[in-house]
Amino acid sequence: MESISQLLHFFPLIIVTIGSLVVMMVDAFSKDTAKLYYLSVFFLIAALAASISDVFGPAGEAFYGMAVYGGTSAMGGVIVLLGTLFVVLLCKEYLTAIKHHVGEVYSLILFCTVGMLVLVTANDLVTLFLGVETMSIALYVLAGLIKRDKAGAEAALKYFLLGAFATGFFLYGIALLYGAAGSTQLTAIAEVTDGGLIYWGGLAMLLVGIFFKISAVPFHMWTPDVYQGAPTLITAYMATASKAAVIVALIILLGRAFPDIHSDWAEVFQVIAVLTMILGNVIALVQDNMKRMLAYSSIAHVGYIMVGLVAGTAAGYSGVMYYLFAYTIMNVGAFGVVAYYERQKGLDFTNMENYGGLGYKQPMFGVAMSIFMFSLAGIPPFAGFIGKYQVFAAAVYEGYIGLVLVGVITSVIGVYYYIRVLVYLYMREPESDTVFQQPGMVYKTAILVLAIMTIYFGIQPGALSEIFTQGFEQLQIMAATGR
Amino acid sequence: MVTYLFILFATLAIAAALAMVLNRSTVNSALFLVLNMLSIAGIYLLLKAQFLAVVQVLVYAGAIMVLFLFVIMLLNVEDEEAVLDKINFRYIISVILGVVVLSYLLYIAGSMADALPPVAEDMAQVGTVEAIGDELFSTYILPLEITAILLTAAVVGAIMMAQHKFK
Amino acid sequence: MIALDWYLALSAILFTIGVIGVLTRKNAIVIFMCAELMLNAVNLSLVSFSAHLGDVHGQILVFFSLCVAAAEAAVGLAIIIAIFRNNLSVDITRINLLRW
Repeated sequence: MESISQLLHFFPLIIVTIGSLVVMMVDAFSKDTAKLYYLSVFFLIAALAASISDVFGPAGEAFYGMAVYGGTSAMGGVIVLLGTLFVVLLCKEYLTAIKHHVGEVYSLILFCTVGMLVLVTANDLVTLFLGVETMSIALYVLAGLIKRDKAGAEAALKYFLLGAFATGFFLYGIALLYGAAGSTQLTAIAEVTDGGLIYWGGLAMLLVGIFFKISAVPFHMWTPDVYQGAPTLITAYMATASKAAVIVALIILLGRAFPDIHSDWAEVFQVIAVLTMILGNVIALVQDNMKRMLAYSSIAHVGYIMVGLVAGTAAGYSGVMYYLFAYTIMNVGAFGVVAYYERQKGLDFTNMENYGGLGYKQPMFGVAMSIFMFSLAGIPPFAGFIGKYQVFAAAVYEGYIGLVLVGVITSVIGVYYYIRVLVYLYMREPESDTVFQQPGMVYKTAILVLAIMTIYFGIQPGALSEIFTQGFEQLQIMAATGR
Repeated sequence: MVTYLFILFATLAIAAALAMVLNRSTVNSALFLVLNMLSIAGIYLLLKAQFLAVVQVLVYAGAIMVLFLFVIMLLNVEDEEAVLDKINFRYIISVILGVVVLSYLLYIAGSMADALPPVAEDMAQVGTVEAIGDELFSTYILPLEITAILLTAAVVGAIMMAQHKFK
Repeated sequence: MIALDWYLALSAILFTIGVIGVLTRKNAIVIFMCAELMLNAVNLSLVSFSAHLGDVHGQILVFFSLCVAAAEAAVGLAIIIAIFRNNLSVDITRINLLRW
């Protein structure tokens, strides 16, 4: 009965699992979709509280080494749940406005969150694989939510076909690593340092699968299409929570299974990071569609995050965690504002041309959007700046000056397209006199809270980044003692 | 004996896979994939993985492929005009990529020539239902539970995608 | 006796046929079948490693991969049905609203 007591360490996962099943069952017997919304919010808040308390709890392995808890995993859980919670909070109004407020959305989001929470605790390639797949399968469907719309169904198809393709590579990587190590446990793989070709081949294939999920160049092809076709808040969910989950899983994978060959994979990561930063930022410059622009910007952000992974130190990983946290808050906020504009009738409000003068129509949303854009651009004193600073500082400390130089230059290029949004918001004349619907109370509050958090964690990063550093050190101690 | 059976199944699997990719008709492709899966099930038997061989036939060749055929019939998909009608840029890139992947993988396979001992005689005891069930419900209890959620999510998602309109 | 590298080579060949199929075919259903072929090829690798290592874990991984394939098939075919209702076609070259 050892495993029952181990369940205590996985409260967030259990709460969300039960929540997803409850929401699914209530959906089957009740016509009232609003009820599902409140239920989901309730379960997510409970899970978030549990996972915050886990951050300060013990760390270790559980379930015969299938999963780890505490430390980095718990913080990954916090980031994922925070992103999910805000997406769900904003979802109700947005989905009602686009006439797709169906109960299945909530259960699918919760199923997807289960996958993400499994992912951030994965300590075995089997768990990693199943977490990724649970998350992806729910996301394929969510991406095609507006299936009447050609773009929506196509986004789902594209995401699905390319996702299935990437799964093949991912699984092949697992198979080869299993052949090399004779086990799928991360700690067992760490003991193999020179497994020959099969080991390197396995690592390469596994990373191809993961790079696809975080849309690193050159495996990013699906990102702009899927992000544009999916409902805006689902896009926010895909861009923040799912990426955060996979990157946390990647940190655990690299930190526990491949710590000794850091110098080898860091070289590959450097090349990918440079490509990702350059391509993401340069193509974002020419986008006129808000969602496509944010899609390319999210590709660019993955590039910055990879700079932190290249550093491979506790400072680098904690910088990545901070980056993910900041990125989740500000990106959910930015997509939230886009989703609000989008549901106004008459014009296509994902096209940037139509953003003229919107900043004055809804002052609060204009200001919030400015904060999110400045933060995404990495301008102080917002959270995005601190994340970028920590990531770059860790890489400089390890001597990756050239890489950081590319990062800084591309960030400067990036400032252009973020500021361009603000130019439209404040300095262009409005195209037409569209009357704006007022946003609901919850929607307004959620955006406001996100904006305040973006400022607060930009000014007061200290405590949070200390927690992130400690979390990774716990993971390292675990790896060292072989627990 | 094992050698001949391996050659038979391997040839069958590769031929079926090629036929699947090259065939114009979707239904024929699906049927060739069934043949491919059955020959892989045969190879599982050579590797003494009897449980997986049965599951392969039941789940893959049975359930999944029936689902495929069902959808193909339902949609009444027309045949493609020709698979390799004109050699365009995309084909060339794909084939080059394929050759790169293949040579890389074969290189890896070649490096494993004598790395591991041959299949042990008592391997048949490892791949039984009992042995797999024991492991599944002890070591792999967490992944097993996740699979439950995965399948539930897939069912909910599939119904939502396939229903004609929302209620 | 057949050595491990023969099984791995067979798996590599099947995997590559799957990859080329995904990249060249236009019919979404066939592309998906090619992706299934890739998964099958990987399963073969896993089983042969498992047999040569004398270890059951590889076979269990195949079991999970079967579950994932089944789930993917259900969702994927539902998505293909949805896209067929929109376009009356499953030809991916005719479905190209979104580019760049």
